[in-house]
Amino acid sequence: MIEFLKKLFGQSGSSATAKERLRLVLMTDHLELAPELIEAMKRDLVDVISRHVEVDRDKIEVNFERQDSALAMLANIPILSVNRPNPSLTLVPVPEPVASVQPPVAANGAPPNAAPPRVRKRRKRTSKKAAGTNAAPASATPASAAAN
Amino acid sequence: MHQPQTVQEEKEVQSSAPAARLGRAIVLTSGKGGVGKTTTTANLGTALANRGARVVLVDADVGLRNLDIVLGLESRVKHHLLDVLEERVSLDEALVPGKHSESLFLLAAAQSREKDDVETAKMKALISSLRERFDYVLIDCPAGIELGFRNAVAGADEAIVICTPEVAAVRDVDRVVGLLGNRFRPQLVINRLRPNLVKKGKMLSVEDVNAILRLPLLGVIADEPEIIVTTNRGEPLALRKDTPTGAAYHAIAARVAGEDVPAPMPAPAKVTILERVGSLFGGKRA
Ligand SMILES: Nc1ncnc2c1ncn2[C@@H]1O[C@H](COP(=O)(O)OP(=O)(O)OP(=O)(O)O)[C@@H](O)[C@H]1O
Ligand SMILES: [Mg+2]
Repeated sequence: MIEFLKKLFGQSGSSATAKERLRLVLMTDHLELAPELIEAMKRDLVDVISRHVEVDRDKIEVNFERQDSALAMLANIPILSVNRPNPSLTLVPVPEPVASVQPPVAANGAPPNAAPPRVRKRRKRTSKKAAGTNAAPASATPASAAAN
Repeated sequence: MHQPQTVQEEKEVQSSAPAARLGRAIVLTSGKGGVGKTTTTANLGTALANRGARVVLVDADVGLRNLDIVLGLESRVKHHLLDVLEERVSLDEALVPGKHSESLFLLAAAQSREKDDVETAKMKALISSLRERFDYVLIDCPAGIELGFRNAVAGADEAIVICTPEVAAVRDVDRVVGLLGNRFRPQLVINRLRPNLVKKGKMLSVEDVNAILRLPLLGVIADEPEIIVTTNRGEPLALRKDTPTGAAYHAIAARVAGEDVPAPMPAPAKVTILERVGSLFGGKRA
């Protein structure tokens, strides 16, 4: 019945399929024809990631894969070592990753009056959540209480 | 898609010819085979000549001579492109006058030779000398992007790309436009459009195609059964200005010549209610 209605109103087209296929095939073509573009992306990716971890630049693999209606860039970047968390980095607006790895440090390390109130709230919530998943309620509860 | 949206319209047309008033050498190309390069070359040439321009059509499809047939000139071809390039005959001996116009000429391809036999530098020189004698040198390019393509393009300074509303054709045109770069300021002709199918969402529309290619649109030619008939007879449809498709070729010619006329769009045929109801029950999905 839906097919019938589609026919009646003329939307059953294969042109939409054609358009979609064309869009994807041209993206792939253009990437294939521009190896220097891929190299540039690789370089930039590594530069960004290297600010946080040490990566093996020689073993990086970048591939492109069709996934349904999208083209995905898949990067395999071997990590050699993880830098010590840098406090100056962890204190700026998005602290979640550090907070969830080491909840007590984050909760205690952030002086309550130094951070703006909005950030404090978020920090409190993430540390609670992290504590829950770490299944260590006994030590987590006082920690979050201390933050208050 | 590679280049920024080219907005140079017809304005540069006259000013592009240097002081010596050289003619314009335009290559008609597509990448994909069978999309209508030869048909478009014959009809555009006929329409341009009909406007009073001096036109020569060069069949650069060495080994697969076609343009003579479409123009109905096959029995008059005595010499060909390679005879001229290899200096066996003069240009004048090789140029075949058109049947229907005094200002249209054909330089046929060699049928029994191969594309590799053409020397790029000589081809370039030949097109240059043709530009001194004609207002338009239209070069019918072979399919593909190999040597035959490069030779056809070598002497040209402009390109018209022919595309049908199909995935493979658009993809190939995209590739060819990338290869041409900006030097040829490629313009687009969409060929074999079926407005009824577009309306039903079963064929890519002009907008769909050009949303991807983003080229200045010269014109749109319908999928036209009459083209088969006129090709059979060797009389390009552009000779019949009173037909919609003949008129569409003339509009393309006018736009090529720099006139600010609109490109007519093929109109869908009126479908009666009865036909519509019939197709609901009988018709297959595309
Ligand atoms: N607008 C049209 N409507 C219907 N048929 C067409 C149209 N344009 C071209 N054709 C037909 O399509 C076929 C291929 O056309 P044509 O020879 O012009 O293509 P081509 O691009 O030159 O091919 P090739 O790549 O082999 O040189 C011919 O049979 C021609 O009559
Ligand atoms: Mg041809």
